[in-house]
Amino acid sequence: MDDTPHRPTKSPVIHQLNRSHNTNITAARNPFLTRFGVAPLRKDDFAGVPSLSRRDFVKLCGMAAALLGLGSAGVPRIADALVTAASQRPSVVWLNFASDTGCTEALIKASYPNAAQLILEILSLDFHETIMAAAGAQAEELLEQAYKRGDYILIIEGGIPTKKGYGMIARREMIDIGKEFAAKAKAIIAVGSCATYGGAPSGDPNPAGLKGVSEALGVQSINLDLCPVNEGILVATIVDFLLTQRIPELDGHGRPKIFYGQTIHDQCERRAHFNAGRFVERFGSKEEELGYCLYKMGCKGPDTYANCSKFRYNDRVSWCIGAGAPCIGCGEPGWVDKFAGFYERLPGVKVPGLEGVEAGADKIGIAAGVATAAGIAAHAIGTAKKRRFKKEPPSEKADAPAGTGKAR
Amino acid sequence: MSRITIDPITRIEGHLALEVEVQDSKVKEAWASGTLFRGFEIVLKGRDPRDAYHISQRICGVCPTSHAHAASLCLEDAAGIHPPDNGRLVRNVVEGAQFLHSHILWFYQLAALDFVDVVSALQANPKEQYLKDVKARLKKFVDSGQLGPFANAYWGHPAYKLPPDLNLLAVAHYLEAIDKQAQASHISAIFGGRMPMTMTTPAGGSVHIPTVDDIANIMPRLLELKQWVEDVFIPDVLAVAPYYLDYAGIGKGPANFLSWGVFDDPSFDTTNRLLPSGIVMDGSLQAQEVDQQTVTEDVTRAWYKNGEPVHPSVGVTEPEFTEWDVENKYTWAKAPRYGEYPMETGALARMVVAYAKGHETAKKLIDDTLTALGVGGKPEVLFSVVGRIAARALETKIIADATVGWAQQILENIKNGNTATFTDYTMPEQAQGAGLWEAPRGALAHWNQIEGGRLANYQVITPTCWNISPRDGKGVQGPIEEALIGTPVEDPKRPLEILRVAHSFDPCLACTVHVIDPHSNEVYKIRVA
Repeated sequence: MDDTPHRPTKSPVIHQLNRSHNTNITAARNPFLTRFGVAPLRKDDFAGVPSLSRRDFVKLCGMAAALLGLGSAGVPRIADALVTAASQRPSVVWLNFASDTGCTEALIKASYPNAAQLILEILSLDFHETIMAAAGAQAEELLEQAYKRGDYILIIEGGIPTKKGYGMIARREMIDIGKEFAAKAKAIIAVGSCATYGGAPSGDPNPAGLKGVSEALGVQSINLDLCPVNEGILVATIVDFLLTQRIPELDGHGRPKIFYGQTIHDQCERRAHFNAGRFVERFGSKEEELGYCLYKMGCKGPDTYANCSKFRYNDRVSWCIGAGAPCIGCGEPGWVDKFAGFYERLPGVKVPGLEGVEAGADKIGIAAGVATAAGIAAHAIGTAKKRRFKKEPPSEKADAPAGTGKAR
Repeated sequence: MSRITIDPITRIEGHLALEVEVQDSKVKEAWASGTLFRGFEIVLKGRDPRDAYHISQRICGVCPTSHAHAASLCLEDAAGIHPPDNGRLVRNVVEGAQFLHSHILWFYQLAALDFVDVVSALQANPKEQYLKDVKARLKKFVDSGQLGPFANAYWGHPAYKLPPDLNLLAVAHYLEAIDKQAQASHISAIFGGRMPMTMTTPAGGSVHIPTVDDIANIMPRLLELKQWVEDVFIPDVLAVAPYYLDYAGIGKGPANFLSWGVFDDPSFDTTNRLLPSGIVMDGSLQAQEVDQQTVTEDVTRAWYKNGEPVHPSVGVTEPEFTEWDVENKYTWAKAPRYGEYPMETGALARMVVAYAKGHETAKKLIDDTLTALGVGGKPEVLFSVVGRIAARALETKIIADATVGWAQQILENIKNGNTATFTDYTMPEQAQGAGLWEAPRGALAHWNQIEGGRLANYQVITPTCWNISPRDGKGVQGPIEEALIGTPVEDPKRPLEILRVAHSFDPCLACTVHVIDPHSNEVYKIRVA
């Protein structure tokens, strides 16, 4: 994965924090891993995870290995990590701040391992408001105990209000709770677009003064962008951390490169249609039925870095573009404003078959490197543009995609 | 007299705090506070009206599809269009599956633990291997000492009444339900791209064109779920309810019910929806038609700049946090009123309206259930905690059946070459629209005002806004506040009964318990061994 193209890293600080994803794990840290990558699964491997059948467990490990891009050689390694985790379940504190609980919803839709296994048998989910039985003082007490023990994985869902009174739990400001808990966490995972960079409710004018975890708390978080977080990415990130006990290699926005290294456009199952200049021009049309490219309908895939097409959603049954909807770019920092006008055509993308475009389809499509360059260029333009979506509605009315509510 | 504050209320969506005053072991006064403000209405202002479909879904990750559809209906109303038949049916299937997901999740993962004592399940003596395995799994979990989400709850509280075997069965089904709610979401995702945050049903209809493959993919999942609702969910409710029949007399609330109606038929008339629109006032069981023009929002007791109560289409959202003072302003939730009345919304409201309107299926299901519980002919017991639970379970059955029907209709349409899914439209320069719909937790409405092709205003009243509404300018309490009054509280340090009443509304917000000494106002945290 090291040669995967990714956007330039901006912060040298984050660079220092990065560690290679494939570093060997020391036996001292995890004695089970001395057999890394060689031994087949044995009956004993399941001793720590009794409620799973062998078949389920193999499937689970296989799925996790695939998600992490480890291939079949990684299966025994993951089995080891999960068995170790199950014998001493690592503490997880999940804090909901300015969220809509959509990422919790994503978590409980995980398939391999499924939510029950993950929550009850692999992790020790010591605090999660939406799921926990305790309430009020008893809930707070659990939070306090987790804090005293320390050494937890902190998962934060939702942005953090920076205006006083706009977000309170047990009469305390969310930002204060966040700072306190971040200090004793062994890893901080920001799940979903709200926790990473504020998300939809931080759209202009950002009434609650929402900020992402890194910025509001002054910490490095593992940023799992997308709205909601892709349950596969979340589970794979947790499994990866159990496996390596390290922060994965992150891009300039704090996102694991392994999941956010390429654009949706570059990995899209409809890419061949783009390259051939075959586009959907109207929703509900023959072209839509044929699964043509959605670029002209406003798809933000060329400018959005995430692996949605690979992981898909909900036990992998589908994903946005797969179901015929143009990508809205929910995996990008600055979303929603960056991509406001979800059905407006993304500027700055060289489009095959359109007039006034210098590069032809073949040039963009054939060499992956060129395609990536185009994607990055498009991204740069998108970022630099900072269009004030409210004051200046897009002026490209004349060539606006048809069938998206515009007169034709 | 003592004051109890439960903040956070857990096992709900979002951030909710309850403060109650207890006298002679009963709740005398109650205040409900929404403790988070995000301001989506303000964010939406000035944007492309089509974007509201996506942005408003982020109001709620539990029922995003309902916001999606309210937003679509709202823009369609402004543009004067309806989707073609398959567009309508795709929406119904995506929404229907979301209701299945939400109701199953609510009963098992959110509410059940108020009635099911997980620790007591260890005393069960099951005969079936399946239950023996669940018990072993639970025992291992408890023996590990890492109780995770089951830690520090009110286990052993005298208000838990189920025998150990039934507790164990419920735990087994708690685990099954985790898979079932996910399975329901797979159905939404097959048409919608993903769940939560479906992508394919904006104003105009569906951008996903359903195929025979889709139906083949959906149908087995749907039929399995429907079977599970009939074989597990409804029997569980009927098995648990008799132990808690006292809760048929607890948690009444104002007994004013509002439903905008949900699941369109080809007429797009809200009174013809699968669950029809209407209101029932003061527990009368006489349905009236509903007029959305009658809705106002009052902010006297909420953290907004004061103004006269007005219709949401001309409403403003100007946040102004002052201080938390139950005698003055104490919540981020506005107080919606129908005329001057607070209204309960949710599955109970939908079923009561349907019942009062003579909806055949709803009437039969409710009457049979009342008879099964030994309260035949007394529909007024529905206005209670038990009524809300029963209504949600029965509604799940109605929706499961209907969703199977919609999927079959799509298949018929495809066979007949009727495959249109999307109606094109011209964005109006100036228009107003209302999108009236139901989320699993109740009446959901979006209002937009379009000027120059952009959103000049956008206002949303969510189901929980109605239910956790604070007092209004006249001092009239919101439904949850009123429902809490009279609730017994055996042990103020472990106010399990309050959670039961609050959870019965399936509030979409989150809490912690402090007890405040009313004289010193000292807040001290309860320690429970």
